[in-house]
Amino acid sequence: MTKQFRRFLAAVAFLVPVAGFASEGGVHLDKAPVNLRDVEGLQRGAQTFANYCLSCHGAINMRYNRLQDIGLTEDQIKANLMFATDKVGEPMKVAMQAHDAKEWFGATPPDLSLIARSRGADWLYTYLRGFYRDDSRPTGWNNVAFDKVGMPHVLWELQGIQEPVYKTVKGHDGKDEKVLEGLKLVKPGLLTQVGENNQYDQHEFDKRVGDLVSYLVYIGEPAQVKRQQIGYGVLLFLLFILIPITYLLKKEYWRDVH
Amino acid sequence: MSKAQQVGQQVLNWVDDRFPLTSTWKAHVSEYYAPKNFNFWYFFGSLAMLVLVIQIVTGIFLTMNYKPDGSLIPGTNVSVAFNSVEYIMRDVAGGWIIRYMHSTGASMFFVVVYLHMFRGLIYGSYQKPRELVWVFGTLIFLCLMAEAFLGYLLPWGQMSFWGAQVIVNLFASLPIIGPDLSTFIRGDFVVSDVTLNRFFALHVIAVPLVLLALVVAHLVALHEVGSNNPDGVEIKKNKDPKTGIPLDGIPFHPYYTVKDIFGVAVFLAVFTAIVFFFPNMFGYFLEDNNFIPADPLKTPPHIAPVWYFTPFYAILRAVPSFLGTQVWGVLAMGAAVVLIAFLPWLDRSQVKSIRYRPPVFKWILAVFLVAFIGLGILGALPPDGLRTALSQVFSVIYFAFFLGMPFYTRWGQTLPVPERVTDTNGRRQMIFGILMLVTFLGAAIFAKLV
Repeated sequence: MTKQFRRFLAAVAFLVPVAGFASEGGVHLDKAPVNLRDVEGLQRGAQTFANYCLSCHGAINMRYNRLQDIGLTEDQIKANLMFATDKVGEPMKVAMQAHDAKEWFGATPPDLSLIARSRGADWLYTYLRGFYRDDSRPTGWNNVAFDKVGMPHVLWELQGIQEPVYKTVKGHDGKDEKVLEGLKLVKPGLLTQVGENNQYDQHEFDKRVGDLVSYLVYIGEPAQVKRQQIGYGVLLFLLFILIPITYLLKKEYWRDVH
Repeated sequence: MSKAQQVGQQVLNWVDDRFPLTSTWKAHVSEYYAPKNFNFWYFFGSLAMLVLVIQIVTGIFLTMNYKPDGSLIPGTNVSVAFNSVEYIMRDVAGGWIIRYMHSTGASMFFVVVYLHMFRGLIYGSYQKPRELVWVFGTLIFLCLMAEAFLGYLLPWGQMSFWGAQVIVNLFASLPIIGPDLSTFIRGDFVVSDVTLNRFFALHVIAVPLVLLALVVAHLVALHEVGSNNPDGVEIKKNKDPKTGIPLDGIPFHPYYTVKDIFGVAVFLAVFTAIVFFFPNMFGYFLEDNNFIPADPLKTPPHIAPVWYFTPFYAILRAVPSFLGTQVWGVLAMGAAVVLIAFLPWLDRSQVKSIRYRPPVFKWILAVFLVAFIGLGILGALPPDGLRTALSQVFSVIYFAFFLGMPFYTRWGQTLPVPERVTDTNGRRQMIFGILMLVTFLGAAIFAKLV
């Protein structure tokens, strides 16, 4: 079965089979639909980030006014994205102190400036869609990509509530073991809905998380689109101008060497 | 002669009366006679020089904005040093390109130096009378390793911190002086702001000074004895009786300057493709975990050195601890580097170039290459039973290659070395291409399987 087909089944069959597990504990990661040239998507990602992430996680290397990169004006940034400061040149800090946060959550929420570079887009995409109810956890939430995570499911009002589906397999010692097979949406949120035949549709939520992940990839290295654009020019120059010229120059000079 | 030329000549004469400008230029460039049969492998010396310049120039601009300060920004878990690197990446005009050139340059330095050393190995460039050229070269390699290690701490990410912690702790395993020595290197009981400050000082001034001096020594020694070549023929033995110029020699300038400029252009295509499209190089040039700020309380599950150290790191891990100490692995790793310097005295072959060596040497060299690349791959992976066993086999091969050299280089029948240098030909190029392909494919398959 191809991955696309499996994902198609996912949309139809209320399970999120994307969160299938490799046999030895490694989590299967879904491919994140990152698109850094989709300015509107990045803007939606920025909005989601400001609304849901920025109250606990900073992005200390990212200045608000840098968001002009993704087509926002300073006024739009001030009006829609800035809650913690009124200076548009400020970095995205959290009001919360790191040591307070540690007391409240058990661990300081990491700064997100570079999270896409350390974790990778696919991990973030799987993680943000992988929260499920687990009453044994203090927050009531657990995660398929990050077992016993300290963070609650902040996007729950968008996604709704997922519950785990277990299956029983024979363990190494021959005994039956309960392992997580996948997740099942039990209550729809703002971006998920009940479709025909009582099936849930997560398509819109996945798209929103995709936008958020794209935004995180963008803030991981704001210059990356420009970097590649310059790169094409540099490579074209080297391959089609400098290399041929230097090659001919060498040939010309070496004509009398026998 | 025009008026301007006359003035130019007068100025030059004035300088030459006071400083050996023209004579130095002639001795080292325009009248330095290099063999005319240099092939592909001979690009990497000049390319190493290019990368050295790139590293120094980008390094100067990086120091203008980098802050070697391990203290945390108030209210966050991010240090000033870590943040200053990201400041360069985001807020400094052109900062990202300078930083990526420096990080890519570090890895590419080792790429070209490893290829440069391999060239020396296959053409016997370390043999008499070039022993000192080789020894200076080995010292450059040593300096380069120190420089790379020191520089890797500066971004102050998780891998910077824990990599330095692991390596400095190695010194602690030495008997008697070990623990004090590692404290002395760190300047503290753990890697800390003090360590960061001194590593910065060593990285930007102390080691580069030594490196530059060694590069000068390497070149002066080379130009004293003259360059070797793919045939291992001494071109000075066949001079034109009238001019005294080697018959197989051509002036370095303009012949090799234009040739090396072509090499530079090709190299830059590879270099800029990495800088602009794959600056992380899939985690091999910039490790994912190093984008997490250093946290002294959280040890990463897998601490891997950057790829250029992995062959030696694999040797370190391959040696088991016995007699209650782990020092043997450390000594083995040190010996693996130091042994390289003794190559000129270990090799007892009558011929220099692999072209005229007996098949037995070629096979042993091939096995050594497999072991070295294998060690490099294994050193990057977390150890398990099979990998450790393979590392041990490869480590034994590594040392056997050097220590067995006085014996096996006398085995087999060498081919007669020609009087004059020969040109490359289609057959040699084909063999070269096939060997390259086999090496890359083999390495890829091995990495996949292991």
